Amino acid sequence: MNNMKVLINGIVKENPTFVLLLGMCPTLGTTSSAINGMSMGLATMFVLILSNFIISLIKNLVPDMVRIPSYIVVIASLVTILQMVMQAYVPDIYATLGLFIPLIVVNCIILGRAEAFAAKNNPVASIFDGIGIGIGFTLALTLLGAVRELLGTGAIFGVTLWGESYGMLMFVLAPGAFIALGFLIAIVNKLRKA
Amino acid sequence: MEYVLIFITAIFVNNIVLSQFLGICPFLGVSKKVSTASGMGAAVTFVLVLATIVTYLIQHYVLDPNHLGYLQTIAFILIIAALVQMVEIILKKVSPSLYQALGVFLPLITTNCCILGVAILVIQKDYNLLQGIVYSFSTALGFALAMIVFAGLREQLQRFSRVPKAFDGMPIALVTAGLLAMAFMGFSGVDNGLSRLFGLN
Amino acid sequence: MKKLKSSLTNMVLVLTLITIVAGSALAYVNYATEGQIAKIKAENLANGIKQVMGVAADEQFDYTTEEAGDFTLYRSDRGTAVQSVTGGFGGDLKVLVGFDNEGIVLGYTILEHAETPGLGAKAGEWFQKGQKGDITGKSPATTNFTVSKDGGDIDAITASTITSRAFLLAVQNAYDQLMKQPDAATAASPIDQKGGPNK
Repeated sequence: MNNMKVLINGIVKENPTFVLLLGMCPTLGTTSSAINGMSMGLATMFVLILSNFIISLIKNLVPDMVRIPSYIVVIASLVTILQMVMQAYVPDIYATLGLFIPLIVVNCIILGRAEAFAAKNNPVASIFDGIGIGIGFTLALTLLGAVRELLGTGAIFGVTLWGESYGMLMFVLAPGAFIALGFLIAIVNKLRKA
Repeated sequence: MEYVLIFITAIFVNNIVLSQFLGICPFLGVSKKVSTASGMGAAVTFVLVLATIVTYLIQHYVLDPNHLGYLQTIAFILIIAALVQMVEIILKKVSPSLYQALGVFLPLITTNCCILGVAILVIQKDYNLLQGIVYSFSTALGFALAMIVFAGLREQLQRFSRVPKAFDGMPIALVTAGLLAMAFMGFSGVDNGLSRLFGLN
Repeated sequence: MKKLKSSLTNMVLVLTLITIVAGSALAYVNYATEGQIAKIKAENLANGIKQVMGVAADEQFDYTTEEAGDFTLYRSDRGTAVQSVTGGFGGDLKVLVGFDNEGIVLGYTILEHAETPGLGAKAGEWFQKGQKGDITGKSPATTNFTVSKDGGDIDAITASTITSRAFLLAVQNAYDQLMKQPDAATAASPIDQKGGPNK
């Protein structure tokens, strides 16, 4: 498979949120606004690209039986590095995303890609897979965040369109996350069949 | 009284799934039937309390004294993974019947983010060990409650309603979960009233 | 290259190696970012204090820090900024309130909150100067710092009475704490933060 195909595959055909339905906790928990969703997507993408690359490099050094713990150590280290760097340079975003940053460790997308792709392919293809899936995840989170922000507060990326008084606050709160995502997936289903 | 407050808050007011968004994967994934949902709930309760105790001890007696706070994530996830393995092995030996009931859910638990999430939350909230145990136990009960109620709803939905094609499966489950979350929002503020009632404020 | 066999030596060796590499990488990044994290925290605090005391961001501003139970007091010759915590709607509500030497509120900022977005989270603007629930220029000594629903003088945030109560309680507590402490001018000054006797 050539690298471009791998990349597009991650964004469209195997979109982690809308098609594979993976990584639901951060998807619902951090998308109260478009910018929050995007930050979470980018943070996950950073870990995903590096973990794919490193795991694909060391895949032959790791005996099969200790495969999973080794991968988890690699992913957890990358997440901790991300945590410290974010705390140092973008403390505001770090404060907003809060607990969901350390929880990238247990995001099934990352371990899933390590097992399904990086452990079988060369490092370069693995990087492209990481970028593709990462972009797919980021786009999905940004879209969900944008929809919730627009319906909930009448703004998008912080730019007011029709003012807060016409917003349905519910969409910023917990129930709105579930409902908005449900409708988005239904729309994607419809489009895929068409 | 403080413990009663933690208990009620964790189950109803700040329900781990419906308002904190932790443990969504099993919540959506294994909630098609009430029986599997209760199995998962029981397994999570067991592991969550155990994991909270062990991670609490590690944080306060190993990481903190040695200024290794930055190893928190990596240490916790390894402990949880090892713990799940151990529980599986011990259950298999000691109580085959319990293993039969919970066994299939155990491997899924390592990547259940509510375990790691609660372990970190207990440290962040600066709870003592007993508060941590009460908190983790009630959180797990809240998880089980949400799972079982949700599975009940889905069973009914499956049987009695005609769902539009595009909504079949996950989308309608998400919308249902949204309605359930809305119902749980009715509890918000209850913790404040209770803490005033108990004179804790 | 052939895959390594799952023999016990191999497994132990590989796991140990990975853990050591990961541990040292983390130790290095921790060492590299520690200073920056501390600096950002200190800067945020200093900016917060300047803001609530009504001092321009680029102006030099000296203060002394004083811990008193749950409160932290930052004293200066212009007045005192007090950090105080109460339980809000969704969790702890931590505010920093600036008082002048007469105990009149100069300004405030919310340091930490877990309030509902779009409702209680509005507390960051609602009580500021010129807004509906303006508390600046008032003193808890002469104004009743409770919401109008409870017979007080401050308008609560629409649909967020609990957050408003928690916020006003935090301000009131901060004021009480300030009054309890000996006056800034007569108190023995603790070590100065900038250019103290140690430097």
